[in-house]
Amino acid sequence: MTPVTESRRPARRAPGPDAPRGGPDHGAWFLVLPALVPILVLSVGPLLYGVLLAFTDAQSGRTEPTRWIGALNFQDLLHDTLFWESFRIGLVWAVGVTVPQFLLALGLALLLNQNLRLRWLARALAIIPWAMPEVVVGIMWRLVYNADAGILNETLRDLGLGDGHDWLSGLGTALPAVVVVGVWAGLPQTTVALLAGLQNTPRELHEAAAVDGAGAWRRFCTVTWPALRPVALAITALNVIWNFNSFALVYVLTNGGPGGRTRLPMLFAYEEAFRYGQFGYAAAMGCVMVAVISILLAVFLAGRLRGGDKGGDGA
Amino acid sequence: MRTSKGARAGQYAALLAYLVFLAFPFLWLISVAFKPPRELAGLHPTWIPENPTLDNFRQAFDEQPLLHAGLNSLVAALGAAVIAVLVATPAAYVMARRRGRFAKAATGWVVVSQAFPFVLLIIPLFLVLKNLGLINSVAGLVMVYVVWSLPFALWMLAGYVRAVPRELEEAAAVDGAGPLRTLVSVTAPLLAPGIVATALFAFVTAWNEFFFALVLLKTPEKQTLPVVLTHFIGAEGVADLGPLAAAAFLATLPSLVVFALVQRRITGGMLAGAVKS
Repeated sequence: MTPVTESRRPARRAPGPDAPRGGPDHGAWFLVLPALVPILVLSVGPLLYGVLLAFTDAQSGRTEPTRWIGALNFQDLLHDTLFWESFRIGLVWAVGVTVPQFLLALGLALLLNQNLRLRWLARALAIIPWAMPEVVVGIMWRLVYNADAGILNETLRDLGLGDGHDWLSGLGTALPAVVVVGVWAGLPQTTVALLAGLQNTPRELHEAAAVDGAGAWRRFCTVTWPALRPVALAITALNVIWNFNSFALVYVLTNGGPGGRTRLPMLFAYEEAFRYGQFGYAAAMGCVMVAVISILLAVFLAGRLRGGDKGGDGA
Repeated sequence: MRTSKGARAGQYAALLAYLVFLAFPFLWLISVAFKPPRELAGLHPTWIPENPTLDNFRQAFDEQPLLHAGLNSLVAALGAAVIAVLVATPAAYVMARRRGRFAKAATGWVVVSQAFPFVLLIIPLFLVLKNLGLINSVAGLVMVYVVWSLPFALWMLAGYVRAVPRELEEAAAVDGAGPLRTLVSVTAPLLAPGIVATALFAFVTAWNEFFFALVLLKTPEKQTLPVVLTHFIGAEGVADLGPLAAAAFLATLPSLVVFALVQRRITGGMLAGAVKS
């Protein structure tokens, strides 16, 4: 034992102020640095820079120096009806995608948790939407929705349900059509998260409940759901954020059209920044988007969590 | 627990509906990719092409620089995957093994970064990269992809590190190995499957990425596959469906293959062996 102890370097013994148990800290910093530097330079830094830009009149390709203009961008934004219309569409899209996505994913996860044949096939097929480039997902559904050569209209014609529509360019159908694609594209991630949550539910409780004569619905409410709740909340919150920030799908499907009916806030800000070169104004949009989504999520999560306590499920 | 026959039938019907919903768009993409123009123009399209052809693929390569774009995508995705893993593994190790301020901050950042607003990030990033002369360059894109895939890589790798028994590392420390030495010669070999899985995920993410590539790459000879694919769609949204489908199908194959590999990989095996012996 003695020679081994002696071979330790002295640094190992000295516990720094926040030194964790065991191990020197200088070594740890050296290990962390390669990840920390790029994160600071290309992620944290730009984020702060972006917030500052929102208070300037920065434009692309301008020769005069950029000036501070205070909250002018935000004042303009407040009266920008086009932006708020786009924001409204973004919220409709985010909720319209997230809710059906959650319900469908919950159904699929419950099925996959059963001992069914063809389960492997469902798992294999679920890879398709998940692994595919979003651009290809968009292209693929354009082919499905295509007015003449699309399979959707052909199927409707075969079933005698009318002549079909020009789904993506119809004023009324464009947003619902795009929402369906959003649901399809995000289904696997949500299913996998929920399935992982399901596999953590205590089996014995299930069996005990079944012995006591509880039906499937009761078992779900009293055993499965309390255990699944935390996962369900987390994935729903993430889905709302991801969907609200979604860009590529709609860019390829409709590019915001027809007449702005599917112009998500991300598309709006992208055009403002990189087509019209209004960097400062677009950055202000970004700030507003983040702020509003953060507040909505905080309210949603706070409400849900409190509800859980009241229910007394011990979640 | 027994399930009644009626319920079972219902379950199978539901599962079948899911299978159809998940699979049909992709099957339709394949169908269109192999159809000759005449079948695409006519009414009443069929699931199975009557006269399957490879012309769409030939035409797709003629219309757009697909090969070159594929190469750009490959460089960007490989670069991002390798660098992300090299940079993330040591940090994930610290994250998993220490309880200090860094571990907390890192975990917090991983969570917050999931909510990163790309709009807010892309404009300053564009300006920063422009000042560095890294606009319209695959190298600049790789840097962005590395940072972008870091949260996920850190989170995944930290999980794999936690699965490596501490006793092994403590034994190495007792033998006088420093943290770097311990990481390289004891932990990293056991992490190999996890590192490969993380790299493959980072690869697929970068291969599929569109938004950053669209903003940062300006000229066609620098652009990656997803950006070039959108060139098949004309200004008025009119597209030559056959070549579009063919190119989209080809661009998806690498993602599907790599992703299938990660999904099937079994992680436990190597670890179990190490603990037993």
